[in-house]
Amino acid sequence: MSVRFSSHLFAVVAILLAITPAAVQSAPRGANDYGIPQVAKINEQIAAAWDAYELKPSQEATESEWCRRVHLDIIGRIPSVTELQEFTKSRSATKKADLVGKLLFDDKYTEEYARNWTTIWTTVLIGRAGGTERNSLTNREGMQKYLRDCFARNKPYNDMVDELVTATGSNRPGAENFNGAVNFLTMKVNEEKGTQATADVAKIFLGLQVQCTQCHNHPFNEWKQQKFWEFNAFFRQTRALRQFVPGTRDVQGAELVDQDFGGEGGTPETAEIYYELRNGLLKAAYPVFIDDTEIGKSGYVSEVNRRDKLGELIQQSEYLDMCVANRYWAHFFGYGFTKPIDDMGPHNPASHPELLAYLGQQVREHSYNLKELIRWITLSEAYSLSSRVTKANEKDDPLLGETPKFTHFYLRQMQAEELYESLLVATRAAETGGSYEQQERSKSEWLSQFVMAFGTDDGGESTTFNGTIPQALMMFNGELIRNATDDKNGSFLWELANSNMKPAQAIDYLFQAGLARRPTKDEIAIANQLFIARASSGRDKKRVDPGAATLAALQDVWWAVLNSNEFIINH
Amino acid sequence: MKSFATPQGMSRRHFMNHLAGASAMAIPALTMGHTLHTHAQELKRKRKSAIMLWMSGGPSTMDIWDLKPGTNTGGEFRPISTSGNEQISEHMPMMAKQMHNAAIIRSMSTREADHGRGRYYMHTGYVPNPNVEHPSYGAVIAHETIDQRPELEIPPFVTVGGGSEGPGFLGMAWAPFAVNSNGQIRNLQMGMDERRLMQRMAALDLVEKGFVSQNRGQAAEDHQNILKKTLALMTSEQMKAFRVSEEPQEVQERYGMDNFGKGCLMARRLVEAGVPFVEVDLGGWDMHNDIFNTLSNQRLPVLDRAMSALFEDLEQRGLIEDTAVMWMGEFSRTPRINGNTGRDHWARSWSVVVGGAGMNGGIAVGKTNEDGTRVDTEPYTSQDVMASVCKSLGISLETTFTSKSGRPMKIANSGKIIKELFA
Repeated sequence: MSVRFSSHLFAVVAILLAITPAAVQSAPRGANDYGIPQVAKINEQIAAAWDAYELKPSQEATESEWCRRVHLDIIGRIPSVTELQEFTKSRSATKKADLVGKLLFDDKYTEEYARNWTTIWTTVLIGRAGGTERNSLTNREGMQKYLRDCFARNKPYNDMVDELVTATGSNRPGAENFNGAVNFLTMKVNEEKGTQATADVAKIFLGLQVQCTQCHNHPFNEWKQQKFWEFNAFFRQTRALRQFVPGTRDVQGAELVDQDFGGEGGTPETAEIYYELRNGLLKAAYPVFIDDTEIGKSGYVSEVNRRDKLGELIQQSEYLDMCVANRYWAHFFGYGFTKPIDDMGPHNPASHPELLAYLGQQVREHSYNLKELIRWITLSEAYSLSSRVTKANEKDDPLLGETPKFTHFYLRQMQAEELYESLLVATRAAETGGSYEQQERSKSEWLSQFVMAFGTDDGGESTTFNGTIPQALMMFNGELIRNATDDKNGSFLWELANSNMKPAQAIDYLFQAGLARRPTKDEIAIANQLFIARASSGRDKKRVDPGAATLAALQDVWWAVLNSNEFIINH
Repeated sequence: MKSFATPQGMSRRHFMNHLAGASAMAIPALTMGHTLHTHAQELKRKRKSAIMLWMSGGPSTMDIWDLKPGTNTGGEFRPISTSGNEQISEHMPMMAKQMHNAAIIRSMSTREADHGRGRYYMHTGYVPNPNVEHPSYGAVIAHETIDQRPELEIPPFVTVGGGSEGPGFLGMAWAPFAVNSNGQIRNLQMGMDERRLMQRMAALDLVEKGFVSQNRGQAAEDHQNILKKTLALMTSEQMKAFRVSEEPQEVQERYGMDNFGKGCLMARRLVEAGVPFVEVDLGGWDMHNDIFNTLSNQRLPVLDRAMSALFEDLEQRGLIEDTAVMWMGEFSRTPRINGNTGRDHWARSWSVVVGGAGMNGGIAVGKTNEDGTRVDTEPYTSQDVMASVCKSLGISLETTFTSKSGRPMKIANSGKIIKELFA
């Protein structure tokens, strides 16, 4: 091995040599609640359902599994080897609570926290393709700028919702009167009488699926056609005005405004709208909230600003609270209390109704501080459990159509964005990757290969980063993995090969970096075979330069680690 | 160390030799799909396939297949006569010459007028249900006809230019393989010699198996299976079926040089190569504004050229007898023309087109009323279309799947056969 010295890697070697494999722990009932009442309540409610269904939870996940999980779920990437070691070697009784606190509140993580939740909420609000269409009225950067600010400052969730629902202004960063929040609605208000805005606001913030009642009452849903159009009436003053590149017909941006609405009967004082019943008859509707609260009927903005009123009514609704509790729970567990998470109501009973209501109420009582909600969820017993299924809980499999009981951690694949960020950190490319904007742009470019937009008015889309062949091909041969396994001077693997680590230590390091665990005996053996194989070149068996051989073998090991199920699956 | 790209067309035998030759390491055997069977020729004769032309967004069928000229809902287009007994839109002149191969089901009546729900329903025969994920057309047909094609190395369910719908409870092995219509499969090139790849695969296989053996659930196993399929595909000569650019120029031009034309041509190549189900996506039908201009100048010329080319080509190659073709979207559009000269979502009365695989062509099944707002004859559903297509492919309608929860489910959701297609 080369004598070239890397101080960073040297420090890691020292840590590697000091650690012992994490002990497997049993999960006694009366799980740790860290003295947090909300955690105690979650533990109690989840365990009650275990008892009711005669299920027993799996044992606790190993410390490093939990550490990997909580990094992925809170900041959107796996831990670095240093972060992992720091956590596993700590002897503190509150180390888990400390780590969660650090990921949520330490300045060091603010940017990653904000980036992760901006990614998640951008997808929720405008989809993965939103803003990429030709002449789009959505400005993706504007949307992200707004969200990043919300999450970096930990803006109370209710304020964020209010801003998204009532925003006015220009959608483009740098434009006069810029307000990134408008990008949630700019593409949803002009077409089809704002039915898309109606459906999305109800679904995303209240967890109510109303879109199918646009045309008829739904047999399985208590929501009626009348209610859809009453809700729709709140959006009828709102328009997105196109702004063109001077001298062309290319859309440069949009401004979201509220204008006087004359109503469909030509009487702005009462500004009614009409909808068609299935039998062809027309019926009038006025703005009425889901709980039957009516607001003034006037279409004049100076008398009644309908979206402002809607914002206020949403603030008062307990659906706002339950919806966000359900959404965040599902983020951390893969499944919410209802399936889908944004379809709540009597027709679709929650799996843990009392807990859902409680968490919603706690969110409200804690001023919609989402970091508190995250803390309660990640410190719960259920979140600490292993993904290994046991005889005593194998029935608890949501894939079988069972409602989830959270007796073990359900496997779920990383999102494409998480893979990207994880590789940046694992290969330490983030340290040299250019400005924030440049990094984000390269990421979006890479991500776009997986997005398939249906081109429908509801922004429907799907992803090919879904565990199928295109994803596997990308992981086998794609540029991202080629870069991560690059052998050029100064690359991650090159530094590893040229550090003072012995091959065994380097292998160990790669397993920790990718899988947050040490290799097994068999894995070490096969990795050693790769070292032997690389030491003689493929065809003529002639000896190759030992430095190059080491580097090539490390490429092979790292490639295998990154391509494994254990790497790509949050477990 | 020398590293060279493996040619795409490297044969399986060649590849397996290398695999066996990589004896410096103990390589766990990787199952590499099917081996050649002696009955291949016989099976090939029985081989049935289906092609779905998916019109994402909800096409206005009363401007294409079921015109109502002279009514206030009828719009701007005139009907023209065809090589079948029915009339279609004047903007489908090439398809008019192929209508002897196709049947228009004019009495579709469904309830899902939301894109996501309609898409799911038309692809599966079921309305969305939070507790079950139903398999879509491609998964069902691939699953039921895979035994007819033991030599197939490439995925049996391909979707071109769109996402299709998933395999549901049939599992990831039946998931759609999504490709672009240019025929270039991303990241197919290995960029290293196959010997080294196999050594890497051996190490990977060990990690995979270790994780699966820890009893962590389906996702771990699915991942392992997809790896095997990916490896098989990377080394298969059959991948050349995706390369539409190898077709003669005049054939490519006949289909159209746009994405949909290329997709339809690829579908024919894939069916010839033994793929049982191909979906080709043509979007842009969600016409709430300016519908007549958009139809006549943008969508219909593209549709007309490619769809007619597909029927013509399948007929000329003698493939039409064993290949079912379907044309549908998630729903259709309102007979009433809205204030923006558009039509909105409408599911109550609309048309689907099917043909091939022994289904009667040249006919219209069912009728809508004078202004197209109602179905006047027996209404048909997604399930009925699916049942009929299954029948045309020789798939028994008694076939019952068992969902993961153990619930038995009839194929095509117990749809009824549309008898006019087979009379």
